[in-house]
Amino acid sequence: MGKAVYINGVSGISAQTEDAIFSNKPLEYSSNIFHAVPVDYKDLIPAMALRRMSKAIKMGLFAAKNALAYANKTMPDAIITATGEGCKQDTEKFLEAVLDQEEDLLTPTSFIQSTHNTVGGQIALNLKCTGYNVTYTQEDISLESAFLDAILLLEEDPEIKNVLVGGVDEVSTKITSFSYLNNFLKQKEIRNLDLFDQASIGTITSEGAFFFSISAEKNDSNDVELVEVCKFKEKEISNISVQIQQFLKKNNCSIEEVDQVLLGKNGDQIQDRTYEHLENGLFMNSATLVYKHLVGDFNTVTGFAMWLTCKIFKNNVVPDILKLNSVSSKDPKLALLYNLSQDNCTHSVILLRKV
Amino acid sequence: MNKGVAITGMGITSALGFGIESNYKALLSNKHGISFPELLDTKHKNLPVGEIKRSNLDLEEELQLSFGHSYTRAALLAIFSIKEAVTNSRLDKEQLYNMGLISGSSVGGIDATEEYYNNYESSEENRRFIRAQHPGFTTSQISGYFNINGYSSTISTACSSGANAIMMGARLIKSGKLDRVIVGGTDCLTKFTLNGFNTLKILSEELCKPFDEYRNGLNLGEGSAYLVLEADHLLNEKKVLGRIIGYGNANDAFHQTASSETGEGAFLAMKKAIQVSGLKTSEIDYINAHGTATKNNDLSESIAIERIFGSEIPTFSSTKAFTGHTLAAAGALEAVFSILSLQNDKQFANLNFTEAMLETNLKPVTNLRSVSMQHVLSNSFGFGGNCTSLIFSKNG
Repeated sequence: MGKAVYINGVSGISAQTEDAIFSNKPLEYSSNIFHAVPVDYKDLIPAMALRRMSKAIKMGLFAAKNALAYANKTMPDAIITATGEGCKQDTEKFLEAVLDQEEDLLTPTSFIQSTHNTVGGQIALNLKCTGYNVTYTQEDISLESAFLDAILLLEEDPEIKNVLVGGVDEVSTKITSFSYLNNFLKQKEIRNLDLFDQASIGTITSEGAFFFSISAEKNDSNDVELVEVCKFKEKEISNISVQIQQFLKKNNCSIEEVDQVLLGKNGDQIQDRTYEHLENGLFMNSATLVYKHLVGDFNTVTGFAMWLTCKIFKNNVVPDILKLNSVSSKDPKLALLYNLSQDNCTHSVILLRKV
Repeated sequence: MNKGVAITGMGITSALGFGIESNYKALLSNKHGISFPELLDTKHKNLPVGEIKRSNLDLEEELQLSFGHSYTRAALLAIFSIKEAVTNSRLDKEQLYNMGLISGSSVGGIDATEEYYNNYESSEENRRFIRAQHPGFTTSQISGYFNINGYSSTISTACSSGANAIMMGARLIKSGKLDRVIVGGTDCLTKFTLNGFNTLKILSEELCKPFDEYRNGLNLGEGSAYLVLEADHLLNEKKVLGRIIGYGNANDAFHQTASSETGEGAFLAMKKAIQVSGLKTSEIDYINAHGTATKNNDLSESIAIERIFGSEIPTFSSTKAFTGHTLAAAGALEAVFSILSLQNDKQFANLNFTEAMLETNLKPVTNLRSVSMQHVLSNSFGFGGNCTSLIFSKNG
């Protein structure tokens, strides 16, 4: 690792709000596909522009501008965006028009806004930011890829002082509903808060945008150190712990020093095997937290876990609704975030430290 | 000047053919690969495209893929190019296992989505392709085929995706984060993109004419190209095909699809690439331009080139008239062409050019030129204002 990297500003839009989570009254949903809580987009985006924007663009732009504002920045030196499934609403709209109208009488707006870099491009356009701009899309490790690039930029380019990094994924009518057909979603509709109560195949899903303004400078006491982001492939369950321990060792700490572990458990019976192996092994004595009963699972959901960790550090409270075991974590300062990809062999590990 | 990052292998699949040799031969003989759609299931049979005339089934058979696989066309095209790159870099299985893969793709496997979209609900047969729509899945399929276990990711910045993947790979090698990585891009023709560009009225019904006063749009193409990048300490006696010595990425921040009149994004990307390379602008011998043959791109790019080079504009050409615009793969295809230019001291023709545009009066290379070169600049610009420039140099 090079020099330290700090999260100076963070903003998230999801199916939950900070208030709902920290008052232990999370929003409840009764469908396996649910939506982000609406925010007043007009506060940051002109009404004219808003009308044409899909959910992904609105959420992404709003969260990006908010994260910058929280970091007291007006212009980032680079914008790195992550999205697993891109602008599905516009993709779906254009694709259905192509199919239904048999390639006739089509209009360009939804095509223009269908590319994966639409959100990143719109943020640059809105901020008039001509700096480095890239969009990553690598299934469940899209956001991790974006952070790895951002950290590298801060290390290698002295002209780049602050980077806006974020992940966004939206729900669309048809393409998201296909997730029932390939067993990503549970076949039976459940209440989100019951996610961990029944053993079955599949999970639940929603949408969101999570942006982070990062730099090598500490701004204020609410900053969070982004110690390291790592992704690795490992097919053998028994080797995952070894890899995580190596990751911790590389960052000069051990599992005993980690105050809380955020697990990406999503209620899927097959994924559970991996998580349970870790819960009963490496993380046995750690305070373990879960969050996908609040927002479901989607490609950039680790952004929610990072946002949540920043809020836990700031509020200095661990809401009971997150707790998976009874190990207490008072005044948490070091958090390990672990998430397993849908392919069951790609792993994401993120280490965050309160400053 | 810096030493740059070594390229030890490359492979390409385009409408010009499978492999470096057939592509190079076509470039030398001014033989383009543009035709009318035969395999793509579209009613726009009047729109010329750079289509690869081999069906998925044919490609699958050659690769001996097992029944029930979920490789889409972009993945298949990528596999052919990577095989070639891996072979000429003489990488073994263990080296492949430990290396990284960074691939650019704009629409991934949406060709499968458009084929099965209305049948997923009624039939279980093709549901394995549901996830295949997404470009990250395409990359996972490719890394699965080659059993690549290292850092794998996908960049999707529309038509600059491949160039950005190459830039990221070079940065990872330079910083020591990786010592071996495959980089490039892949995209196939789809109804989605053909109709999309058609609604924007930027597809030509003729052979495209980059940088021409009478240019009237682009021809879409398909293809893939990949490079093997290796850290110097691994090279030993290995043959180095060329080096990446500069890269720059900027955003035009002007419009979701159109380029600015001043070509700001393109200007900044070229400026940064030249700055990273440590070269003087006068040391750039040739530009493989983005040159899509749309009214907007070619003017904007020309102005940006004028802003960078002033009155000393290097010779330049666009190879889009050979291959069509292969979207995310374009930057990778043109990286291969740039290296071929350097290896053989050849500047390829900008086909179909008749008259310089009034605004700039810039004339591209119209006939194959033999001239000694050290450094080639390659431009790739995309929707969302994403602009990337790469500089390739001869080894040593």
